[in-house]
Amino acid sequence: MGQDVGMKPAPFVWHGPETVAEALDLLAEVGPQGKVLAGGQSLVPVLAMRLAEPAHLVDINRIAELDTLTVDETGVRIGALARHRRVERDAAAGRSQPLLPQALAMVAHPTIRNRGTSVGSLAHADPSGELTTVLALTGGTVTAASTAGSREIAAADFFVGPLESALRPDELATSAFFPALAARSGTAFLEVSRRHGDYALCGVAATVTLDENDDVAVVRCGYLSVAETPVVVDLTEAWQSGGDDAAAAARAAVDPITDLHATADYRRQLAGVLTGRAVRQAIAAAHHGQETAA
Amino acid sequence: MTRGEAPTGEQQHRVRLTVNGRAAAATVVARRTLSDFLRHDLGLTGTHVGCEHGVCGACTVLLDGEPVRSCLLFAVSVAGREVTTVEGLTPSTATADPDTLSAVQRAFRECHALQCGFCTPGFLTTITAGLRENPHPSADDAVQMIAGNLCRCTGYQNIVAAVLRAAELSDADEPPVPEPAEGGA
Repeated sequence: MGQDVGMKPAPFVWHGPETVAEALDLLAEVGPQGKVLAGGQSLVPVLAMRLAEPAHLVDINRIAELDTLTVDETGVRIGALARHRRVERDAAAGRSQPLLPQALAMVAHPTIRNRGTSVGSLAHADPSGELTTVLALTGGTVTAASTAGSREIAAADFFVGPLESALRPDELATSAFFPALAARSGTAFLEVSRRHGDYALCGVAATVTLDENDDVAVVRCGYLSVAETPVVVDLTEAWQSGGDDAAAAARAAVDPITDLHATADYRRQLAGVLTGRAVRQAIAAAHHGQETAA
Repeated sequence: MTRGEAPTGEQQHRVRLTVNGRAAAATVVARRTLSDFLRHDLGLTGTHVGCEHGVCGACTVLLDGEPVRSCLLFAVSVAGREVTTVEGLTPSTATADPDTLSAVQRAFRECHALQCGFCTPGFLTTITAGLRENPHPSADDAVQMIAGNLCRCTGYQNIVAAVLRAAELSDADEPPVPEPAEGGA
């Protein structure tokens, strides 16, 4: 039946490996002509609009060994095939790093999160990606494997530019690690978008740590949609001299652009306003955590 | 799974899956999306295709019970899995008897939750799965449940009402506690 009727993507050769070893052999073979297909919630629209026409797709959806989610005292390790929805709903992962469920709740809609993968969204390296910012703020890592071996890439080195990661064409991101939240700490994640579930015009992830007297000791924020890669800022000093100073520091740290959806000035203004709100929420969460622990 | 070449020179794949409880198969190229596979290869045109890049929600089907965008999946990627389309929500399509509609479908009819009907299949599948997860939603929960689906006619109010009504109808559909039989069988 109708072979080329209504076909939106350009032709590609499909590969359905069942083990990581097979996938790595394939990636080594096809090199820059290949693209990894995980959940496909970003890649398939790109293919449908023919913004990219890879000759080979290495579909990792059959690789059961990548469908993992493990939590220990150091943090949360997410395998390349774990869907957003699974990570979002995992109570142990949420206790270890509360920014995960907070940020994932804002990734598109539940129907998209049923299929999209968390590691895939990191590999996509969209500066408006929620998890991109969480990985950067928490100092997480991505594990990349190739036939030559595997390496850990720190978040600070992983995001190279918009939609550009440090992954080489022959590499597969097999997992990502999000460190556990420190003791006496709280988090918050806020964003403003035009429509529910749409890309954020600006988003802020905040972590706050209290000292032994329950005073604010550390304030750090990560920003999405306001630069070519996620922006992480230590606002401890600025916050201690007042919320207005912290907002000003946030506005100075971001470098947004004007597009169809919002002006650069508006995005910068949002960064300041959301910083105050997110930090206050994170402080409240940190105090609440102390009360619960007591 | 590979089988021959298409006229375009592309490799073809034999894709077998279960659709609405029945085995289904077709030979397609790898770039065939699940939505086109359902509509063009299986003739199940109940699944509607709107934006074709994952925004509108009209093509939502259930994959192993969970709502997904069928326009963002390649059929070859989901070979062997179980798919439920809007056609599979009705207990029996063989009769026009309205009582054979599912609770969600009856609620849509009662509440006038559709006008042109283009987006409706995606809403029905999404809400069917949503009520399984949350059988007694609040009005706010109902809004969240349908937030990933676009409708350009209704203004959504009647769809929210239908989600709440469907929850009531589902409760009523629960098999009643059997009454003790009188006088034996």
